[in-house]
Amino acid sequence: MMLRTFIAFVKKETFHILRDPRTLFILFGMPIALVFIFGYTITNEFTGASISVVDQSKDKLSQALIDHLVASGHFELINVSDDIVSLENDFKAGVVKMGVVISPLFEQHFYRDKKATVQIIADATEPNYAATLTNYATRMINAFQNTKSEISSIPYQLDIESRMYYNPKLIGAYNFVPGVVALILMLICAMMTSLTIAKEKEMGTMDLLLVSPLHPLLIILGKVTPYVILSFINAIIVLGIGYFVFTVPIKGSLVLLLLLVLLYLMVALALGILISTKANSQQTAMMSSLFILLLPTMLLSGFIFPIASMPVILQYISKIIPAKYFIIIEKAIMLKGASLDSVINPVIVLGIMLVILLAAALKNFKVIYK
Amino acid sequence: MTTIKAIEANLLTKRFGSFTAVDAITFDVQQGEIFGFLGANGAGKTTAIKMLIGLSRPTDGQAKVAGFDVYRQTEQIKNHIGYMSQRFSLYEDLTVKQNIRFYGGIYGLSRREIKTKTEEIVSNLELRDYSNKVVGALPLGWKQRLAFAVAGVHDPKIIFLDEPTGGVDPATRRQFWEMIYAAANQGVTIFVTTHYMDEAEYCDRISIMVDGKIEALDSPRNLKIQFEAKSMDDVFIKLARA
Amino acid sequence: MSAVKIENISKSFDTVLALAQVSFDVLKGELFGLIGPDGAGKTTMFKILTTLLMPDQGKAYVEGFHTVKDYKKIRRIIGYMPGKFSLYQDLTVEENLNFFATIFNTSIKENYHLIADIYGQLEPFKKRRAGNLSGGMKQKLALSCALIHEPKVLFLDEPTTGVDAVSRAEFWEMLGRLKAKGITIVVSTPYMDEASLCERIALIQTGKILSIDTPEHITNAYHKPLYAVRSDDFFRLMKELRGQHFAERVEPFGEYLHLTTKDQITEHEIHQYIQSQGHSTIELSAIEATIEDVFLDLMQAN
Repeated sequence: MMLRTFIAFVKKETFHILRDPRTLFILFGMPIALVFIFGYTITNEFTGASISVVDQSKDKLSQALIDHLVASGHFELINVSDDIVSLENDFKAGVVKMGVVISPLFEQHFYRDKKATVQIIADATEPNYAATLTNYATRMINAFQNTKSEISSIPYQLDIESRMYYNPKLIGAYNFVPGVVALILMLICAMMTSLTIAKEKEMGTMDLLLVSPLHPLLIILGKVTPYVILSFINAIIVLGIGYFVFTVPIKGSLVLLLLLVLLYLMVALALGILISTKANSQQTAMMSSLFILLLPTMLLSGFIFPIASMPVILQYISKIIPAKYFIIIEKAIMLKGASLDSVINPVIVLGIMLVILLAAALKNFKVIYK
Repeated sequence: MTTIKAIEANLLTKRFGSFTAVDAITFDVQQGEIFGFLGANGAGKTTAIKMLIGLSRPTDGQAKVAGFDVYRQTEQIKNHIGYMSQRFSLYEDLTVKQNIRFYGGIYGLSRREIKTKTEEIVSNLELRDYSNKVVGALPLGWKQRLAFAVAGVHDPKIIFLDEPTGGVDPATRRQFWEMIYAAANQGVTIFVTTHYMDEAEYCDRISIMVDGKIEALDSPRNLKIQFEAKSMDDVFIKLARA
Repeated sequence: MSAVKIENISKSFDTVLALAQVSFDVLKGELFGLIGPDGAGKTTMFKILTTLLMPDQGKAYVEGFHTVKDYKKIRRIIGYMPGKFSLYQDLTVEENLNFFATIFNTSIKENYHLIADIYGQLEPFKKRRAGNLSGGMKQKLALSCALIHEPKVLFLDEPTTGVDAVSRAEFWEMLGRLKAKGITIVVSTPYMDEASLCERIALIQTGKILSIDTPEHITNAYHKPLYAVRSDDFFRLMKELRGQHFAERVEPFGEYLHLTTKDQITEHEIHQYIQSQGHSTIELSAIEATIEDVFLDLMQAN
């Protein structure tokens, strides 16, 4: 009997979803759009950055250096001149973000004096981008120097080498795919749950359900099950796009990862139900969801801004953001190949959150209004 | 009674594709008359009114409202009519005075005119102690009367009332109708749409629309005689079931 | 035993008193009307009886079960049709009915006999979405959904509001047939003229019960002389009569004025007075009070 009612509920909920294009769009359009938006905007990589070169030397070696820079594919040469004023004009016009100035008599100084000067000038109105460009250009020039250098008799050569573990190429996708999964699951699962329950209240149908012999738990379960399933499918789609399009690896156990996705889903769900117990209209549910879920999940989970560089107060607040723990878990399993042992702490935290939120949601779900 | 016509409709028609929502209706409303415009949901009432108040262009036929043509002079029509509906009229979060000022402003009343009007409405409705209270805090009956007064803030020749008194208590409803009588007595034409038949009994004359056509048009008393009915409810049922 | 028993129920929302010490009983199998305007407390009363709302004070029982302690038992045996149309607008007629049948652990087939003559009229439209139905059809669907589990007591909150006269008449005919099947029906309405269609009624205003009895007893209890009057100048007549010492109350009732007199005055004297004021085509006759007359009278007395 319970099962039959439950199925009837899930069927009804599925009809609601299928017949509302807006819901469908939020469910499937938004996650995919988000991945691609984040994928192509929030990234430290660059290709084809426009540069200008001021070549005051005009010899073979200076030409070789320019070719070396352009051949990487990361830089696109806009302008070569021998006058620094021309570079300044390019900066002002906003045509280039970086300039390379090769000093006069470059080849001569390089081979004879073992000391030639290359100057890198960047437009630092966008500091992050400027830093990324200059870092990369410096590395390329160093590499150039090594290939051309015939000198092997430098007495003390200090070789500084830094290595980036787990994400050696500093690929942005390694950061944003876990973040987007956390964000989307929170949004879809919690927001849609709170919206759908608030809608029943707004339409007055919640009263009819309450007046029936249905157990309140069954009402909630029946309503949220389709959203759990859909959210889970969404998680798989986003992970799939991450894996195939943005080549984010999944080094650890996929099964473990999906199980923990489910755990996080439950937390999101409990939050959604809790919000809906307080909100009597879809509008309130929407606003509270955005305020309680979307912004903290985006800003305080470490997804966009590193937690370590936040003010202390925000660091404390971030401790109650479920997405923070889930992102830690995801990154550990996907990038580091961690097992359950290594992520047991954040898993326990999520588990405790789930119990507390569920208890609060059930306690607040009114069977009889005061 | 004067014979100036407030509304004249002649074979007024509105078609949406192959569907005829309003089917060649012809009727007159005298100045100072309380005219009830009745019909079931979907009978074409709303479409007909939209044409009369200049919100929808007729497909065929002629009509004049306050002497202005519904095809060419919709702006003049809008300036000479008032409109009140139970759902949409006053802003609940504005005070009594602010509502009057706002609607006065919409119709281009000068600051002095608005001041006089506000004074007049507030004292007529005995709202002096409440003039700076937000409308949402007033009882339903007061809101209705205020809404009616505001609909008449620019001294329109015709006031359209859309289901004005559904659900209020019998005493409040009578206070409202007395306001309507008083306005009609001063020559304002009142055009009431409703599907509450007992409200229809308060009108001088009523028309009943069924499927886009006016099927009956007379005073409530004559209609009851014509249809051998006890009440307007019966008249309506007999018409609709015919 | 009563089907519904209400003892001294009070309920406030913030500072607004919605119900003030209301008590009444509804007998088994009775068609009972709660008559009053918007804001009288009808919906609050229904929410308490359908176990959705806790009263601040007092007790209520449905079929002997306490509305707070035994709410689960009550929920199995009642049908509820809220004032606002509360079905799923994006589901079809059939899907709605099926859903409500299932959550009450029954099926359309099992209880079809109960809803046959109501749902029968909807069946041609069973694939249509509920949101696209006319007012009258929505109301029939809502009633079918409230009936599908064979409730013992049916609570209908303003089922005829916003519905045209034909549908209203049909609806009351349906209620009559349901009553004949032994279902207790509690119905509320703001329309005074529907009161006479109930077996017993409670007149309610601002949370207080003004009177409870059969419609006939209530109107018969109006002992003051009452006349219906009209003339060619209705508005002037109303104002003039109001200024007279013999007039206790003058109220417009459609095309007539209802005049309640106090002092000793005969019909003839009233007629003479009206004539002396220069009215023509005068009509004047003594009449029986309607529920609305009584309601106005009781409102004034309170």
